[in-house]
Amino acid sequence: MKKNTWVNLGFQVGALVLALLITTLILVAAGAPPLKAYLSILSGAFGSTRNVVAVLITWSPLLLTTAGVLITFAAGLWNIGMEGQMTLGAIFATGMLRLFEHAALPPALIIILGILAGILGGAIWAALAGALKTFGGVNEIFGGLGLNFVATALTIYLVFGPWKRPGVGSMSGTQPFDQALWLPTLPGTELSIWSLVISVLVIALVYLLLRGTHFGLRLKAVGKNSKAAFLMGVPTWQYSMFAFLLCGAFAGLAGGIQVMGIYHRLLPNISNGYGFLGLLVAMLINYQALWAAPIAFLFAALNTGSVQLQIIYKLDSSFAGVLQDLLVLLVLLGEGARQRFIKKN
Amino acid sequence: MELNTLLVGLAGVLAAAAPVLFAVIGETITERAGIINLSLNGTVLLAAMGGFTIAYKTGSVPLGFLAGMLIGAIVALVIAFSSITLKQSQVAVGFVLALACRDLAYFLGVPVLNQSGPRLPGWSIPVLKDIPVIGTLFFKQDLITYLSYLIIFLAWLWIFHTRPGLMLRGIGERPAAAFVRGANVNRMRYIYTIIGGAIAGLAGPAYSLSVKAGWMGTQSGLDGIGWIALSITIFGGWNPLRAAFGAYLFAFLQWLGLVLQSKLPGIPTQVLQVAPFPLMILTLLLVNISDAEWVSRMLAAMPERTRRALMKLLRALRASPPASLGVPFESE
Repeated sequence: MKKNTWVNLGFQVGALVLALLITTLILVAAGAPPLKAYLSILSGAFGSTRNVVAVLITWSPLLLTTAGVLITFAAGLWNIGMEGQMTLGAIFATGMLRLFEHAALPPALIIILGILAGILGGAIWAALAGALKTFGGVNEIFGGLGLNFVATALTIYLVFGPWKRPGVGSMSGTQPFDQALWLPTLPGTELSIWSLVISVLVIALVYLLLRGTHFGLRLKAVGKNSKAAFLMGVPTWQYSMFAFLLCGAFAGLAGGIQVMGIYHRLLPNISNGYGFLGLLVAMLINYQALWAAPIAFLFAALNTGSVQLQIIYKLDSSFAGVLQDLLVLLVLLGEGARQRFIKKN
Repeated sequence: MELNTLLVGLAGVLAAAAPVLFAVIGETITERAGIINLSLNGTVLLAAMGGFTIAYKTGSVPLGFLAGMLIGAIVALVIAFSSITLKQSQVAVGFVLALACRDLAYFLGVPVLNQSGPRLPGWSIPVLKDIPVIGTLFFKQDLITYLSYLIIFLAWLWIFHTRPGLMLRGIGERPAAAFVRGANVNRMRYIYTIIGGAIAGLAGPAYSLSVKAGWMGTQSGLDGIGWIALSITIFGGWNPLRAAFGAYLFAFLQWLGLVLQSKLPGIPTQVLQVAPFPLMILTLLLVNISDAEWVSRMLAAMPERTRRALMKLLRALRASPPASLGVPFESE
């Protein structure tokens, strides 16, 4: 038992070291001094209060998408469509705000309606992927991906078409909302305490749901062996569908918050890779909700920090992605190697 | 004159389909062996960037194509190692690799971004090019396009009309039976995954050194093509001929979209560009829907004649994957 703990740790640390080694080689290949590059990521993430706030702003939506995907993973589903679900959340929230912008309602009520619309939008888009899977036999990976592209096109259509700014539409998005409808933020920053609180609550909820409830247990049964779960009396397709809806709702919430708390308008590419990043975080933590918060924080820090890299070394900001992807890849491979090692000994 | 414009347009479709074709044929071979290479989208992007970079640095177009194949083979090797030797989820590793290779392509591609470099020259085939209609359509292309015609038939011949091809189908359908017949299932899966990856890797340079020469980063118009290719593999029912039909249909519809665009100025470019994706969902729906329970229930309630006609249609569309696709094989 004791020995296994050391073996596990050894393989995990080995995977991390190898991932860092490979990314270092990639940095060298791109002509950047590796140590200085890593340090600049670090200072870009934590060098000032401003940077830490930026990390927290990234952390919040990432926590939401991670929470969502933990649900679908528990049900054995690959919800790659989260990008699109987040985008639809943003579209619905924007639509709701545009609808009531000039109505004589209290702003707080309009904000709540906007958030609810975002949740609805994400859930509808997820339901579409779920229905394609359940009733059409279309693998959720392809259904979700296709819907991602459709969602992006829909945003661009809206930004350049019906919702364009007075004058000409541009990639900078729709006309910003009235300031009264912005999510309240900490003075002098773009950090909304509400969005942080909601995200932390959601991940805690998912943790409890998957760990301590009858529902969570049955959901995991569907994910592990759908046929057996069905024979045991679990309504399997309803559970899968519900997992999609819940995940889509969280993604839509994230999209709504992006629109109402940060950009105050609809932008093309509003989902900004958070859906995919959530999938990566979930894989890295081996689908254990307990670890979601710290690892999502690490990823948020990498994303924020690598902006610095772009400014100083003229390197593409996709470096954060490279580092994150390789980290997950090597941890997956390390896990395989560990299992093989234990089996052989 | 009008006919000639149309012919040149259609010849362009055949050329534009080449990258998708290589990706689809490579994936078909891989999946026939029972392994899913989900990294396709990343593989193609990285191979496009790598192939162009090598050709740009060395001035040699053939080296660029070789680099593309090598990149495809290496990525496939990682897939094979993780799924066959380490028994990890093919979907998880494939998906992560799809992202990793894509990010890597954008990160490492910066030095050659928007540079003009070498490209594969056109080469009309003597005699054949002078055949009316067919000559313009098929034989005034470049070498990689000719290779794309060839690879369809080679893959089809190999899979369905040779002894090793029979074994290939065996290790994807019933690996245990193939094992009893003396096949080294896991070694063959390694080999076919790597070969399939190398062929799919050709898709990259086929784009960046021929269809649309150069590397334009996120503006290359190549992102997403791998996912389309994966779904065409399903649409193609793991048969190179039907898969090739799917790839040409896709390229044709894309061309049609471009032609239509000039007639419909109200729609932003980006909207028509995503038209293939709803189409992809629709085709997957068509080939899979006959398996859904509600369909069979609805069919049973229909009048005899309609039912029979519908069932015939659904069966023609239907595509079943190799029975052991994605399932690891243990010899004991």
